[in-house]
Order: sequence, then C-alpha cells, then structure tokens
Amino acid sequence: MLHLLRQFFFTTGQISRFAARYWREVWFPPYEFQELLKQCFLIGNKSMALVGTTGFIMGIVLTLQTRPTLIEFGAQSWMPAMVGIAIVREIGPVLTALICAGKVGSGIGAELASMKVTEQIDSMEVSGTNPFKYLVITRVTATTIMIPVLVIMSDLISLGGSAIVENLKGGVSFTLYFSKVLEFLQFGDLLPSIIKSFFFGFAIGIIGCYKGYTSSRGTEGVGRTANEAVVIASLLVFVLDFIAVLVTDIFYEL
Amino acid sequence: MSSDAQTYPSVVSIRNLHKSFGSNHVLRGFHLDVAAGENVAVMGKSGSGKSVLIKCIIGLEPIDEGQLIVLGKDVPKLSVRELDALRADVGFQFQGSALYDSMTVRENLEFPLRRHLEKIKGYRTEDLVKEALENVGLLNAIDLLPSELSGGMKKRIALARTIIMRPKLILYDEPTSGLDPITAREISRLIVDIQKQYQAASVVITHDLACARITGNRLVILADGNNYAEGKYEEVERMTDPVVHSFFT
Repeated sequence: MLHLLRQFFFTTGQISRFAARYWREVWFPPYEFQELLKQCFLIGNKSMALVGTTGFIMGIVLTLQTRPTLIEFGAQSWMPAMVGIAIVREIGPVLTALICAGKVGSGIGAELASMKVTEQIDSMEVSGTNPFKYLVITRVTATTIMIPVLVIMSDLISLGGSAIVENLKGGVSFTLYFSKVLEFLQFGDLLPSIIKSFFFGFAIGIIGCYKGYTSSRGTEGVGRTANEAVVIASLLVFVLDFIAVLVTDIFYEL
Repeated sequence: MSSDAQTYPSVVSIRNLHKSFGSNHVLRGFHLDVAAGENVAVMGKSGSGKSVLIKCIIGLEPIDEGQLIVLGKDVPKLSVRELDALRADVGFQFQGSALYDSMTVRENLEFPLRRHLEKIKGYRTEDLVKEALENVGLLNAIDLLPSELSGGMKKRIALARTIIMRPKLILYDEPTSGLDPITAREISRLIVDIQKQYQAASVVITHDLACARITGNRLVILADGNNYAEGKYEEVERMTDPVVHSFFT
C-alpha cells in the first residue's frame, strides 16, 4: 500500500515536472510550426469521423431515452433545452475527451515510445533538433487546440442527432428545435465547457507524450505505454471535469 | 593508420573516462586518441560499454569523471547550444539505423540540414540529398518510406544521413549488426570509401571481426571498462592473451 502511494506521488511529480518543462520551453524558439500544423491536422482530421459518429449516436440515444419520461410529465417541450444543456455542458466535452484519450493519447504514447526504443529520439538530438520541442511541444499544443474544436463539432452533431429524433417522433421542425436550444443555452453554459476542453486536450497530450518520452523496456514497453497513457488520461479527464464542475458552480452561485 | 593521420591533432581525446549506471561501473578509466582521418574500431563483448562510449563522445550520456575532448571542445562543459554546434561536425550512425518512420528517405536526409543550414551555405538541399544517396548507391530509394527498405538499405540510408552534414568525425554503432555477411562486408567497404572521400575520422563500435578488419586502421579491445588491448588488427590478432584471443576464435 505504502509502495503504491509512493509510486503515485512519484509519477504525479514526474508528470508535473514534464508539464512544467512544456510551459518553460513553449515560449522560446525554435518554433516547429510545420510539425504543429501537421499534428493539428492529424489529430483533428483523423478523430473527426469517430467523434462525429459517437456524438451523433449520443444525441439520438439521449433523446430517445429521455423522451418517454418527459412525455409522461407533459414536459416534451423542454427536450431541446434539456438535451442542449446536457450535451454542451457535460456529455460533449467528456465524451470527446475520452474518445481522444483512447485514440490520440494512446497513439502519441505508442509513437513516441516506439521512437525512443528505436533510438529515433536520440537521433533527432544528435542532428541538432531539440526532440522535446519537435515531438512534445507540437503534440501537446495540437491536442490543446484541437480537442475544443472537436468538442464544438461533437456538440453540434449531437444536437443534430437529437433534432432528427424530435423531428421524426414529435414532428418538431429543425428551426424550432434549434431556436429552442439557443433560447435556453447561455454563454455561461458554453464558456466553461470550452475552457475545460482546453484542459482535457492538454492533459491528453501531456500524458501521451510523458508516457512515450519516458518509455523503457524495449518493444514490450510500447504496448504498455499506450495502455497506461489511455488509463491515466481518461482518469485525469474525470478528475479535471470534477474540478471544472466545482469551479463553475462557484461562479454560478455568484 | 595512414602516416598523414598521425601528423594531425587529435579529433577525439579521451582520458581516464568513468561512467556508471547505478552500481554497474561500465567504463573505468578508458582512454582513446583518434587522429584526423583515422578509423578506429572498438571491439568488446555485449554490455562492455562500447555504445555507452560513443554516446558519451556525442554528449548523449553524461560522463562521471575524466576528460573528453572532441574536435577541440571539452564536451562535458559545453552548453546545449555549443553541443548542438559540435554535433553539426559529428555524424552518428545508430545500431538500428534510427530512420524516422513517418518520413520518406528524402525527408530523413533533409532533417539534419534544417538546423545547420549555415554550415552548408552555398549548397542546395536537393543536391546534398542526391549526392549523399548517390554515395551509398541508393538514389532510387529517395521517395520510399523506411518500412519499404531492407535491413541493408536502411543501414545505407542511415549512413547517407550521417554524411550529409560532411562531418569531421563519424561514430558508428554496430554498423553491420543484423546483416548477412555479404551485405555486412559491403557496408564495411562503404564506410572505408566514405572515410576516404570525406576525410573524416571515425570510431566504429563493432563485434564483427570482418568489419573491424576492413574499417579499422587501429583496433581497440574494450574489456573490464578499459583499453584491454590496442594496435593494428594483425598485431592484436597475434596476441596470446586469452581475453584478446577469445575475440578471434
């Protein structure tokens, strides 16, 4: 038990140091813009279909599941407001972050671990390129930028899925549905959701990079790294979400 | 070793080098001098510290104790920027080739040029890439990915990437490992040709006898973390010491 606790604090400390190094080095040249753009494209483009599909299904399922209960209470007209708030505040960001933790986080972890094992990171260093800047800063910045973009996309697609169900089952027009969503959604719902998405993106990137960059134990370590990156990043998404909800709640009460 | 090489100052000068990993004392007072244009082959058993030695030379591993001067620079005392500048003059070929998987051969060769453009002023990147590939006989592989190359081709491409910066010193980590004897011999001869063409000194870490014989003007046997034996290949081969003899039987 004591060993596990020690291991937990050690790993937390190491990740914090790694994140601190990111913030120390991100401001200073050389800036690897080309690699950053490439990573933004890879993370955004390659996750778009998966995030869009799960968001669409989630919108449909959420609407189908809650519809009978709302009808029972005669509150069917509240459907756009309820689904809109649920998706924008919570389901969209968390679902997107979890999907990206699995897809992007594990991908980054495995890629960097594989590069480490095959001495590609050392090779980069001897060729005069700072591998931390080229590999870590670009990937972490790309996830921090792209996860919020994916969250917004997922939110819109989820609402689209919900609107389709309402249109088919309740005859509600798309215009009416979305005007109702916009009527109830406030800036205070959207802003915290986007802000926490940046934190989710940063956490996914930093965990993937940390696990990959510090990987050891040869090729066996590559699989282990990918797995650990997903587990830790997913856990961290929930922890950050919890903190974000607590902080947002304070602002709501003001 | 050529007689000319002796007249040049040392490209590498190592004195009393110590390096440990925890309780494992890998290098215990190792010393080495490499003259300009000289090829030195270093042989030793697995785990004897051969790879650690060249990683210390390039500054990838910090040393514990001793003096390590490369191209007139005291490596342990260099700042990151100074070390980067030194690395522009030192080529390093990794054991597993270490080609970047996500890049084509062309991009792999262009990669070292992006940070040292001032060193190769006057040359077009495209020309440098083609010249390096021509020197290793693989110009037709320019647009291939590393996954499309055989083991021998990867070693050649890695060699092309090493020489593209026209280094004064080249460090080879097991350049023939994992290759069949014929390809290994081709790579060894290529190393000698490259040395002649670029007039670069080199340190070749190997446990391949044929590679050591072909590439090395001088052979150093690394055992017990120290220079156990040293001399021309034929001289070392004739030694009757059982440790040295075990390398040749």
